[in-house]
Amino acid sequence: MEQLTDNEALLSYTLHVNGHDRAVNDALLSENLLYVLRERLGLRGSKNACEQGECGACSVLIDGRLECACTVLAAGAAGREIVTVEGLTPAGDELSGLQEAFLAEGAVQCGFCTPGLIVSVHDLLERTPDPTELEIREAISGNLCRCTGYGRILAAVKVAQDARHP
Amino acid sequence: MTTLDTPTQAATIAVTPDGLGRSARRPDGRPKVKGQFAFSSDLEAEGMLWGQLLRSPHPSATIRSIDVSGAWRVPGVLAVLTAADVPGRKTYGLDYPDQPVFASDVVRYAGEPVAAVAADHPVTARLAAEAIVVEYEVHEPLTDSVLALGAEPVHPLGNTLYRQTIRRGDPAARGAVSVEGTYETGMQDQAFMGPESGLAVPAADGGVDLYVATQWLHVDQDQIAACLDLPLDMVRVHLAGVGGAFGAREDLSMQVQLCLLALRTGRPVKIVYSREESFHGHVHRHPAHMWYRHTADADGRLVSVEARIIFDGGAYLSSSTAVTLNAACFANGPYNVQNAFVDCTAVRTNNPPCGAMRGFGAVQVCFAHEAQMDKLAVALSIDPIELRLRNAYAPGDQLIIGQVLSGTAPVAEVIRACAAAPLPPGGPDTAAELALPGGAGRTADRARVRRGVGFAVGFKNLMFSAGFDDYSTARCRLEDGRVTITTAAVEVGQGLVTVMQQIARDVLGVDDVALGEASTMGIGSAGSTSASRQSWMTGGAVDTACRAVRERLLSSVAQRFEVQRAGLELSSGRVLSVDGSLDLSLAEAAGGAVLEETAVFRHPGTVALDENGQGDAHVSFAFAAHRAVVDVDLDLGLVKVVEVATAQDVGRVLNPVQLIGQLEGGISQGVGFAVMEEIVLDDGKLRNPSFTDYIIPTALDMPPVTIQALIEQPEPGSPLGAKGAGEPPSISSTAAVVAAIRNATGLELPRAPVRPQDIALLLAEQRPAGSTDISPAPPAKEASP
Repeated sequence: MEQLTDNEALLSYTLHVNGHDRAVNDALLSENLLYVLRERLGLRGSKNACEQGECGACSVLIDGRLECACTVLAAGAAGREIVTVEGLTPAGDELSGLQEAFLAEGAVQCGFCTPGLIVSVHDLLERTPDPTELEIREAISGNLCRCTGYGRILAAVKVAQDARHP
Repeated sequence: MTTLDTPTQAATIAVTPDGLGRSARRPDGRPKVKGQFAFSSDLEAEGMLWGQLLRSPHPSATIRSIDVSGAWRVPGVLAVLTAADVPGRKTYGLDYPDQPVFASDVVRYAGEPVAAVAADHPVTARLAAEAIVVEYEVHEPLTDSVLALGAEPVHPLGNTLYRQTIRRGDPAARGAVSVEGTYETGMQDQAFMGPESGLAVPAADGGVDLYVATQWLHVDQDQIAACLDLPLDMVRVHLAGVGGAFGAREDLSMQVQLCLLALRTGRPVKIVYSREESFHGHVHRHPAHMWYRHTADADGRLVSVEARIIFDGGAYLSSSTAVTLNAACFANGPYNVQNAFVDCTAVRTNNPPCGAMRGFGAVQVCFAHEAQMDKLAVALSIDPIELRLRNAYAPGDQLIIGQVLSGTAPVAEVIRACAAAPLPPGGPDTAAELALPGGAGRTADRARVRRGVGFAVGFKNLMFSAGFDDYSTARCRLEDGRVTITTAAVEVGQGLVTVMQQIARDVLGVDDVALGEASTMGIGSAGSTSASRQSWMTGGAVDTACRAVRERLLSSVAQRFEVQRAGLELSSGRVLSVDGSLDLSLAEAAGGAVLEETAVFRHPGTVALDENGQGDAHVSFAFAAHRAVVDVDLDLGLVKVVEVATAQDVGRVLNPVQLIGQLEGGISQGVGFAVMEEIVLDDGKLRNPSFTDYIIPTALDMPPVTIQALIEQPEPGSPLGAKGAGEPPSISSTAAVVAAIRNATGLELPRAPVRPQDIALLLAEQRPAGSTDISPAPPAKEASP
């Protein structure tokens, strides 16, 4: 694309995503991390449902911290460690224990919120291996789901939690 | 407690792993959990442009001029379109084309599209759209639905969108006891997660391929082709991944404009709505004003019902016809009454268009008729559950439209089962901080939190009604031992894709069932994914097609191997003869032939209602009961829904886990509508078009759901014995939650959603001057066991 205005320069920078350096060329400064992940790097697992940090569908980990990619300037994430749902997905046909639990327990309907929930719950179980039900509810209260009413999602989290402590 | 009648096809269920009755996994589940499933917003094509619509900021205005030159000055813009660029019909609509593709002379709601641009970057497209100068002469909008019928017409077709009256019995009939009330429900949004989006790709034949998230591919194709002035076969609509629907994708959103941009630029164009645009870009649940009067005899048997109902349909028709019809037919709920006089009108205003949302029409009236039943219970000093049981429909009873309930109608069963659910233990005094109303830190004084219990029952029709030619088409193909099912039916998340596979597994005895692309190409319509109809309709078509293939296969084996057809079985992917002489793989059995059968499934015909609103308008009905338990902070007016228990009439359980998901999800939308979800309008303009301001339940808001019973009485006429299950969870759950808040507060609360001020301000007003005691009058009676 051409430069739109004098005061919005096109930038080139490198993002560190899922363990790899990814070059971003000639991007607008105003592009948020979600847009760059999806449209420039082809990582469309992070979803765009609200673009204001309310729904959690674009949840990613940045330097180990759970963030909504839509509220982070992409250029500002250069030099930081970014993990997306793709980075939490085993190669090939394998699923992570959490993904397997979501599938088995019926936690997926339309699936638009699912990748964000996979990232959020992964983060929860890493920080709090044995959450109570209320802790789970609080941890995923930043991830909106319109289909399930959360019942099967909670069931899946509990199954995944139990599977981590054989 | 689960009431299980033996399903009619039990013999075939038991033998097939992952067949019907099992919690088979959804075939799209693996890509969805990995983030690899392609939703409509994830699509991409070589040389793709981005489209953007410009929408009117005014709810009512005359367009004086449109100057698009500013858009063309933005570098990277490749197309700018207005109404003059629509080659065919300038309007579209589900029932009647009264809605412009682009407004040209007047705008009738804030958010109506006026122009569209295509550019090389979404930011470019947005800046270009903003650079279009539209000169409006702004008018006072008509925003009060109650005044609409006497007001200046908003549209040449007038302000009456649709009216349905029902006149049954003696208008003078009155019982000994009378209760009256006026009720209101607000405008709810479907608030699906995946925003409206699509990709249009121009084709070499001058036509277009559209990949879009919708609810009914063929009805989209009809409308798009008419507006593009192209033959149907040049407008090929393909289903892209749908991030939820709930009725909001029944109407076209950007389909026509997107195809126009692609045809004009000769390049693929993608549009993805922002959340704000999504709120402006789809229909909502009709707000309702409802006046009711019921009379009953001293034993609590209903004698008469009168209802006057006004629905705000907004600026365009959408599906107001079906919504109004439903509201009238189900105005009295699942209760016998001989004398019924109902007048329901959807009116046109300058508010955003309203249309389909889960439970359409039945949700609004359920809120009113269930409040009336509770009032009647108080007036008669009869237990509210007992009152409902005394009036509950049973098979053979007549609806207020005169139609006899010829199928199953386990109304008493759902009421009894739901009412028998044990109440959740504990109370507000022992609840965790986070579980108190408003969540952590909001409730100042636990002692000022009151618990309440409420109960409600609802029902609605399944499938399309009133004489509509409702059908679905499915193809089953057996080639090289591999089964492929193809339909144009839309998967929106509900799990139809799983059920189609389960059916094929049962009928053909195979484990692996492939699903073909859902599109308008080479397969007939499957009808809409709405009205809880797909498991029945497309399920029926898939079942029929698979049975036809099975019959052809077994007949051909019988002929070729000279054995009795009756002695052949299909099991675990093999054709076996009962005498053990034959054991063939499917590929061997087919003998190199490709077996393909296409089936069209229709439900029994229905008729339009007559001038008195009488007639056999519906195919089948599903019933559900809900009991809600709430904690209410009396000072702040905040509500925590503690638990919702339910019992539902499902006919037959096809997939237990998916069914539970429908119940829990539907109830969450009902809970949201009871206590938090409302589109707020100010002079016709949306004030809260975001997930920051339009609040839907989070995992902390949503209570546990207790599914007390799934009533399995296979429905005669249903190809699988099942009834649609998607809508009933959303019908009476709202009414139950509000009943529980009434029980906790003693307030009348005639409006949903209940807002904090509806509770806190009214309770504050009830305090005697100078009193510091702000506890409410104790509830008149426990609402339910």
